[in-house]
Amino acid sequence: MTASDILLRVENLSKHFPTKTGSVKAVDGVTFDIKRGTIVGLVGESGSGKTTAGRCTLRLIEPSGGRLIFDGKDLLSLSEREMRSYRRRMQIVFQDPYSSLNPRMRVEDIIGEAIDTHNLARGAAKRERIAELLTRVGLDPEHGRRYPHEFSGGQRQRIGIARALAVEPEFIVADEPVSALDVSVQAQVLNLIQDLQQSYGLTMLFIAHDLSVVEYLCDEVVVMYLGRVMERGPSRSVYAMPRHPYTQALLSAAPVPNPKAHRQRVILQGDIPSPMNPPSGCVFRTRCPYAIDACAEVVPPLDPIAPDHHVACIRRDDPVVLSQGKRL
Amino acid sequence: MAAVASNPEQVRFLTLLIRRRTVLVGLMVLLTIACVAILAPVIAPYAPNKLSVVNRLKPPSATFWFGTDEFGRDVLSRTIYAGQLSLLVGVCVVCFASVFGIALGLVAGFFRRLDTPVARFIDAMMAFPDILLAIALVAALGPSLATVIVALGIVYTPRLARIVRASTLVIRELPYVEAARALGVSTWRIMTRHVLRNLVSPILVQATFIFAYAMLAEAGLSFLGLGVSPEVPTWGTMIAAGRQYVGRADWMTLFPGIAIILSVLSLQMVGDGLRDLLDPRFRKDL
Repeated sequence: MTASDILLRVENLSKHFPTKTGSVKAVDGVTFDIKRGTIVGLVGESGSGKTTAGRCTLRLIEPSGGRLIFDGKDLLSLSEREMRSYRRRMQIVFQDPYSSLNPRMRVEDIIGEAIDTHNLARGAAKRERIAELLTRVGLDPEHGRRYPHEFSGGQRQRIGIARALAVEPEFIVADEPVSALDVSVQAQVLNLIQDLQQSYGLTMLFIAHDLSVVEYLCDEVVVMYLGRVMERGPSRSVYAMPRHPYTQALLSAAPVPNPKAHRQRVILQGDIPSPMNPPSGCVFRTRCPYAIDACAEVVPPLDPIAPDHHVACIRRDDPVVLSQGKRL
Repeated sequence: MAAVASNPEQVRFLTLLIRRRTVLVGLMVLLTIACVAILAPVIAPYAPNKLSVVNRLKPPSATFWFGTDEFGRDVLSRTIYAGQLSLLVGVCVVCFASVFGIALGLVAGFFRRLDTPVARFIDAMMAFPDILLAIALVAALGPSLATVIVALGIVYTPRLARIVRASTLVIRELPYVEAARALGVSTWRIMTRHVLRNLVSPILVQATFIFAYAMLAEAGLSFLGLGVSPEVPTWGTMIAAGRQYVGRADWMTLFPGIAIILSVLSLQMVGDGLRDLLDPRFRKDL
């Protein structure tokens, strides 16, 4: 794998929010690569820092530390003005289709603003481009005259996608783009995203908490817990043989469409600890069924166990953990 | 009006607004007062400052509907002309307070670093009782129509600034603002197109209340002798002059008083209606 294959390299990214009683480590030393034309899934439960990490990669939230190498350039070294030209190359699709569209703007103005900001087209060419984008995401070009409240959740999400596509980006962060939609609509929007990704050769960071969605869509998976990466690797190998106890627990909780399938469920106890005061050593140890005393002492490094497959667990080769992974 | 009601939601909103009886009545009373005030030279039976010593302190009659004052001036004509000034003060104060209040509120809400100083300043201003601050300002600047407008504008600026700041803080964090930032839209454009446009309703509601407060405060200042000079008819100066004749010539205070009550009440009714309609929690009750 050469460096030019990688569109975005996230290195040791962290975001600490200062509070009166100490800092909240929402993202703490996250590292992963996204190859051109691939989709990387970022998964984890609520509070794992996946959304913050996604926002940080676009500098919508200013990271506290680390590097973001986008197409060979460290984004964090750019000024706000220099960043503006990169904004055209990277876009975001939001989770909530209701609050992500300005209620006082017509759809054509929402999409038109993206075109205007980067002077991509004017007058008739702009109208044509808006119609083309609306058609591309499965809406009627006539819908441009309407306001967001006249659309359903799924249609609104399509408008949000059209806005992101309007600037012809290379990289899109999709922040749980279907989790707020009805199940019947989810599949349609997912298919649209996949179709667009393939036809435009988009590179994507797909943030989700639904593992089946990620398995269906993503080339690689990054599993986060309490601001840190627990496991990352190609979807195929992570799903076939999850090595981190947290990934195992997540996968065992996902429903399987086979009533006869027997699985060893891993039921996690308790809630995710406060990121203000994370456990020492491995942050997952307080809920890990295999935690031993040593887990409290060292922060487990993200070690490679196969090409591209990394796991942060000191007991990853322990037979108990291995066999649980095989059973899933 | 056609431009304002260009989309179906706005049309629906206007019909809902008119259908509320309090709003309709309020609007009609306000419009009547405004028309009468503007058309004063045509409508008023006498000139507002025409003296007539023989007709001093005459009670209401067919010749003088609202009676006459201590100089024999027609109270009806003076009440009508006074409306011009009261409305002018209201409009100017609302404009003044809107311009500065919106600017301060947006800056405080949008730029984190400026928030604390601006917000503290707003709080400090609001700590003074309205009329007291206005009196102090007029006393410092010297009484005149312009001073009254500026002083009341300063007094009501924090009210708007506070509302704009609070709403800006909320809107700033909404995904559609984030989407605009992700697109590289300029801060100025985000502030005007995305934030300010969504603040129109709370600003509108607050503006109607400020209009009413400003008219009352102007009357108060004039009554205290801190507004315009006594011979200029405003509802406040008229009540101030009539104070000495309460019991002997009640009509001197009664009619300008009714004018104040009617205009303030109708503004409040319109403001209340607007607020209820624009608040989704109330809207479903309609």
